[in-house]
Amino acid sequence: MNACLKEKGVNFSFIFPALLIFSVFYIYPFIYTFILSFQRGDGIYISEFVGLANFKEVLFYDKDWWPSMFYGGFITFFALTFQNVVALLLALAVDKAIKTGKIYRVIFFVLCVLSEIIIGLLMRQILISNPGIFNQWLDKLGLGFFLHNWLDAKKILFQVGNVKITHALVTTALVHSWKGFGWAFVILLAGLQAIPEQLYESARIDGARSYQSFLNITLPLLTPVIVLVFILTILGTMQAFAMILALTRGAGGLTEVPVMRIYNHLRGSQVGLACAEGIVLGVILIAISFTMLRISKWVRSRWGVLPS
Amino acid sequence: MYYQVKKVIVLILLHTFLLSVALSCITPLLWMLNASFKTDTEFREDLGLKIASSPTLENYKTALTEGNLGFYFLNSVFYTFITVLSIVMVSSLAAYGFSRLQFPCKNVIFFMFLAAMMIPLPAGFVPVYILLNKLHLVNRTGYVLAMTNIGLSFSIYLLKTFFDQLPRDLEDAARIDGCNKLRIWWNVGLPLVAPALAVVIIFNSLNVWNEFVLASLMFTEDNLMPLQVGLMEFYNRNIIQHTLLMASLTIAAVPIILLYLVMQRQIIKGITAGAMVG
Amino acid sequence: MHLSKVVWCFIVIIALISGCAPRQDTDEKKIVIWHWMNDRKSAFEELAKRYTSQTNIPVKFKLFFPPDIYSQKVIAAARAGSLPEIFGILGEKKSLSSFIKAGHILDLTPVMKENANEWKDSFYPQTLQTTVFEKGNFYDVKPGIYGVPIDTTLMQFVYNRELFKRAGLDPDKPPQTFDEFITYAQTIKDKLGVDGFICGWGEGWLLNCLATEWAINIMDEQRFIQTLEGKIPYTDEKWIQVFSLFEKIKDSGILAADITTMINKEAEDAFSKGKAAFSFNGSWSVNVYKQLSPELDYAFFSLPKAANASFKIWGGAGSSFMVKAKSSNKDEAIKFLKWLTARKQQKFLIKNTNNLAAIKGCEQDLPPILSPLTDNLDRLTHPNIWPYNEDSRVIEVMNKGLQQTVMGVKTPQEVAQEVQQIKQRVGRR
Repeated sequence: MNACLKEKGVNFSFIFPALLIFSVFYIYPFIYTFILSFQRGDGIYISEFVGLANFKEVLFYDKDWWPSMFYGGFITFFALTFQNVVALLLALAVDKAIKTGKIYRVIFFVLCVLSEIIIGLLMRQILISNPGIFNQWLDKLGLGFFLHNWLDAKKILFQVGNVKITHALVTTALVHSWKGFGWAFVILLAGLQAIPEQLYESARIDGARSYQSFLNITLPLLTPVIVLVFILTILGTMQAFAMILALTRGAGGLTEVPVMRIYNHLRGSQVGLACAEGIVLGVILIAISFTMLRISKWVRSRWGVLPS
Repeated sequence: MYYQVKKVIVLILLHTFLLSVALSCITPLLWMLNASFKTDTEFREDLGLKIASSPTLENYKTALTEGNLGFYFLNSVFYTFITVLSIVMVSSLAAYGFSRLQFPCKNVIFFMFLAAMMIPLPAGFVPVYILLNKLHLVNRTGYVLAMTNIGLSFSIYLLKTFFDQLPRDLEDAARIDGCNKLRIWWNVGLPLVAPALAVVIIFNSLNVWNEFVLASLMFTEDNLMPLQVGLMEFYNRNIIQHTLLMASLTIAAVPIILLYLVMQRQIIKGITAGAMVG
Repeated sequence: MHLSKVVWCFIVIIALISGCAPRQDTDEKKIVIWHWMNDRKSAFEELAKRYTSQTNIPVKFKLFFPPDIYSQKVIAAARAGSLPEIFGILGEKKSLSSFIKAGHILDLTPVMKENANEWKDSFYPQTLQTTVFEKGNFYDVKPGIYGVPIDTTLMQFVYNRELFKRAGLDPDKPPQTFDEFITYAQTIKDKLGVDGFICGWGEGWLLNCLATEWAINIMDEQRFIQTLEGKIPYTDEKWIQVFSLFEKIKDSGILAADITTMINKEAEDAFSKGKAAFSFNGSWSVNVYKQLSPELDYAFFSLPKAANASFKIWGGAGSSFMVKAKSSNKDEAIKFLKWLTARKQQKFLIKNTNNLAAIKGCEQDLPPILSPLTDNLDRLTHPNIWPYNEDSRVIEVMNKGLQQTVMGVKTPQEVAQEVQQIKQRVGRR
């Protein structure tokens, strides 16, 4: 009995340092955040228990919260589709036994290692319409018809209720995808290279066209990897804000993402509201991630691939 | 003949696609590098579109002396090194524990680490700051510990999945040889998960090097601040002089790009391995 | 490598970094000051050096930047009980009142009133007033003087005289009315191809200053305060008139592109390079423009002058310092602040930072561009001197609404309605 306890103690000591740091820097602040979310407080003096009022405010009354979720969601959707499709195409291209593939791989990933602030500051200098360096590049490349005011939020491209999609939002989504596609590319390429060549060969012998083997072999076998890329993209994009801040400063709320709102409220002495918003965002993200994992398991079993 | 023409066309299309994306990635960086070597007047004339005719190091000199970026740079190197070291030690120990050893509440604790990756904590630093203040740990130690925590969840998750896939034979052999658990972790476990450790090292280095918000809150001594904080302050004072700004951005970007280029093989291998287990 | 060696190395490194961490200063008389004014860093450091050489008391200014981070830091430090002897507070008067009520800030009234109000009367009353709480104030704070202003700031329009000349306008006659302002800007834009008006409207507060200034001038201060009290709705026609001014500016086409994504620094840069005819900026910009382009020929003016004989201008103390209530070193801190706001040091600050002084009697020392502004000092109005303050949520919604009006994606009526909605909701809470 005693020996068993001792053994458990020894085992527990392996995770003890991690658990200690985690408790101080995550669990303790988490509980604190939770408590604050039920209060109306400015973080200094006022703290008054208001029950669920902050959550009600976020979920039902605040006219800007859901639009900001939508703007974050738009950038995420853009990254999920456009960015990941381009990444997949690039991965397929590099995978097709191109000798220079390694160089491309090195280049494609380089933006991922730079900080959001650096990319944001740099791209603002390049994109801003005066002097319009990017537009001059386009002009020199003969793409003059493509010129426009990249950070402009004046023209609404599309509007649903309070949600307005403008150039500034699309540009933000583009820059974000451009900065982040390297991740998706490297992971997808890894997934492609793990698919055994024999499968393709036997398919070819059976007379399958290349698009058929793509649909029947590549896609299903790649599903777990794609799901991983999706989850990483969603978590990464919904929590990004430094780049957006440096690029457009929120463009009067039209490129304001949830995390930016949270920080603004924290700064504006609305600590309780900010905490409630953080919790709502966290719950949504967890729900999405778990749904994705479920879907992944379902697809894998459906296509007869054993879940690992 | 037909097949060859088709193949050539496909190859050309493929390369055009790849090349254009590759160019889009490096052009802004090259532009930044080029502009950083120009004088302000030269930049105003051609907006950095022409290659610097007489490269000057003046901007770098100003950035390093006036903005003190050289000093902040060394601070950043120090914090990155220490933080990554402690993340590697703490997370690999814990990952080994989660994968191989039995203790109460194991799954609950592991799940907590996982969930932490998804919930942002907007006001979390306030209680941490207060606690650290009471312990007199605000500056360096506090920052290193807080950053260690940020990297923990991901690192533990990755390393645990790696440990799970390792065969246990070697460890059993070591145990029979009389090694205790700690020695097995160090001598057998760690070498086997080396590729995953590479991922842990590189991602956390990136993360710590690029971190800004926490750093600007934690430090009360300006001579202890890391590069990103110094960069932001310097930027806000000199935003107007584009060449100087580009020089300071380059100073912040180059080391991490170099680290990446040196380690890129391990990084790619690591992500590949990580993606496969994920 | 042996495991035990590694573990030991690790422990030694951790011990080293915590061991090297700077100890809390035990020097009783040391004065530490936290601030966010990175443009004045070197001037402050020079003053600290002078004070130390005169009195042998070490003074250390510590800069934290950007301001967002600075205010978070002060809040955290207040809660942790680790505030320095002297610090500044950013943000609205409400947060100042919270700090006071939580017992962090020393009431300076006794020292201010010593020797027949000697220190108190040395300041411009409007400047000092920003940190004063009167009897029966809306914040429920014990009446008193809680801060020491170190400069005076006011918001004004600026115009580029050089561009005026080149467009055939008289550089000594800035526009007097709103319509003239728009016509002039359009003329310059058409003739010279530069932007009519530029401002850092990516930062909402710059829009807010202008909106409040216009609101007070259009509806008079009393009605304005009644709106804050909740007696007059934001959907009042006068308010719509205020919001419509922004729409009018936008419709006239004089605004610079990307104006709502711009920070003030970028707008200041563009104005100083002659890229725009007009701008709206604080008196601190003199220092900024001087650094950016020393040759710039520009002047300040007020708007709308003709419309209202008793117009008000947004301004007050640019920055104030507070003394930590629980400091064991209060007396030294107060002595230092007295020294800092004495004429000699204020003149030094004028010379090195080109700001208006906080105290009276430095007018002759002002750079020529600033001296006309002193005429306006008794016209100043500031949220901190109003009996009521607007809730930060309402301000947030108004600023964003105005940004969207300026972009043309929201009408003044929509803005008014949204502001009124949030005002009512906040009032209920």
